[in-house]
Amino acid sequence: MSFKNMTITPGWEKYMTKEYVDLVERGPYGKQKKVSEMGSFKEVLEEHPMCAGCAMTLFIRLTMVGLPNPEHTILIGTAGCGRLALTQTSIPFIYGNYGDTNAVASGLKRGLEVRFKDQAKDVVVMAGDGGLADIGFSAVMHSWFRKERFTTIMLDNEVYGNTGGQESGMTERGALLKMAPKGKLFDKMDMIGLAQTSGVAYIARLTPTNPTRVASVVRKAVMIAREVGPTFIQAYTSCNIEYAIPTPKVLDDAREIESKRYGFMEIISDEAKAYLDSIDTSKKAKK
Amino acid sequence: MSDSAGVKDVQAGKAPEVKGTPESELSAGDRQKVVTPEYMFFEAPRERAFITGSEAAKEAIRRSNVDVAISYPITPQSETMQQVGSLWAEGYVKEYFRGEEEIGVMSAIAGSSRAGARSMTATAGPGLMRGMEVIASWPGGRIPAVLLIMCRVVNAPLAIQPDNVELAYLLNSGLILLHGENQQDFFDYTMKAFIISERPEVTLPVAVAVDGFFVTHARGYVNIPSKDIKLPPRDPYAEAVPAMDNENPPARLSRDAPIQKSNFISYQVHASWQQEVWAANERARRYINKYMGGLIEVVNPEAETILIASGSAVSQSREAVRQAEEEHNTKIGLIKVRSIRPFPTPELREACKHAKRIIVPEFNYMGWLHREIVTALYGHSKAEIVPGPRVYGGMSMPTEMILQTIFPNKKFVF
Repeated sequence: MSFKNMTITPGWEKYMTKEYVDLVERGPYGKQKKVSEMGSFKEVLEEHPMCAGCAMTLFIRLTMVGLPNPEHTILIGTAGCGRLALTQTSIPFIYGNYGDTNAVASGLKRGLEVRFKDQAKDVVVMAGDGGLADIGFSAVMHSWFRKERFTTIMLDNEVYGNTGGQESGMTERGALLKMAPKGKLFDKMDMIGLAQTSGVAYIARLTPTNPTRVASVVRKAVMIAREVGPTFIQAYTSCNIEYAIPTPKVLDDAREIESKRYGFMEIISDEAKAYLDSIDTSKKAKK
Repeated sequence: MSDSAGVKDVQAGKAPEVKGTPESELSAGDRQKVVTPEYMFFEAPRERAFITGSEAAKEAIRRSNVDVAISYPITPQSETMQQVGSLWAEGYVKEYFRGEEEIGVMSAIAGSSRAGARSMTATAGPGLMRGMEVIASWPGGRIPAVLLIMCRVVNAPLAIQPDNVELAYLLNSGLILLHGENQQDFFDYTMKAFIISERPEVTLPVAVAVDGFFVTHARGYVNIPSKDIKLPPRDPYAEAVPAMDNENPPARLSRDAPIQKSNFISYQVHASWQQEVWAANERARRYINKYMGGLIEVVNPEAETILIASGSAVSQSREAVRQAEEEHNTKIGLIKVRSIRPFPTPELREACKHAKRIIVPEFNYMGWLHREIVTALYGHSKAEIVPGPRVYGGMSMPTEMILQTIFPNKKFVF
């Protein structure tokens, strides 16, 4: 880096804000932090304008802990609630146009590969169900077909939360939402199946009920995208406002949805599996 | 700041350094010698070739040290980007792929340019319209990149013929828009576009337009320097905004986009940002003057009747000027507008001071250049500004059509 560039010039520490000094001295850069250590280090996402009790915010916070190399990561998002938090991370974040995330990520990743031959730069798309499955659908699918080497994380709250609660392609059939005054008339889109069909190297479906699992899934997805091919995480991150979930019950809802229809699922290609095993082996060898 | 600030001066005769790569593994691009823009544009010996506009664009890209080129087919552009694909296969362009459609392509260019890579693509007519949301956001993103446009009809009804109405849609976007007359312009403007686009005080996308078929598919003489030389690489750390490569502390813009808040400061941020985009557009004048010989070219400056044109209409006007002089014993002036954005307002006011009649031939129905000229000269000229002649929908413009407008009392057959 990046991390070197962030480091404060000696003598200037007292002029920098406390927040910045903390980030440099006690941030996650250059060391893989664990979920169990949260509270003991400066996270890349702290302050944000998200709604109270938002499950998406928890998920994003855990995602940031899972990033294997935040000092060499670039985040990409689009319109939606997620970017309100993502813009507050201390990681470069690109907000382009509506539904352009996976096309921007394709160009960004290839451009970075041209410029940085000896340093892996991780590109991570984090956008909502509307941004990825509706308006960004073509770009998402084609980035997968082209085997672009970056991670796509869908913050699936099953609604257009940011624009005030309209039906999305990922909404469950029958849900009564704005623009679906008679209830949604068709099924939730099967993005997991589409990811499989298009040959995504690592696919995971989960909810934020298990924080350690979230961080571990993100780490795997980013590592595999770096070396093998596209990866996709579809996370249930409920909208407690539009679905009227009482704030203290947000995680109860996540557990309920998880047990009914959003159970943890991991689909991993042979090549990706072999790659993960190889990292594991080299780690053990080091020990 | 000196004129060559941000542009590395590599001495001629010195082999490029590619660390740790054995000679035998160097790509064709690695073997090219880096030269200064000044040497490439003005000093390098040139040879004359008889090639199409698409081939001229290809030869320009070959010498432009391009990192990422992204393609998508549309007539009459397709040939250019497939030739750029050949350049990638030969090793002159570092990265190349066919995108899914124009929104995807223009977005991917926004990504690769933000990565700090020199990036280019090309499109035409309906493709430009499809990519428009993204293209119109490039200037605000301060994206240095080059977009080649081979103008054609905008549907409907469906047609693929030349007509440059599409350029009207770019006039208010903030990008720099150059309009080439012929194959030679297409070659020169394309290379110069990269250098202008990446200047620290500019940092904007540059579109280089030519009229489809007339330029892209027809052959013309083009003087080109050796393929053994190339422009200096892009330096993304000498631009107005940081590259998104995580080699900088996180940029403030990405943390606090104006949409995050609704208060006076957020309005102020957006307002000043718009002002700055257009100020940067104006600052490009200096480099258009330096590298392209000015925003306009003037022929017969003392004439009382002046033709003002851009693109292929310039070629037809040149011929009309010749015929007017040789066959009708009348000297007619001609102003070629090279740069549509920034628009040459002060230059036109000066050049039209003595004009009594201004004629604006155009290859589109609604006459966007005429409107621009009327706006620029309002209150500064007493000349009659004639709207036309115009052709559109694919028609060519016989010189007799221009002569008929110059000499309304004579009868021309066309």
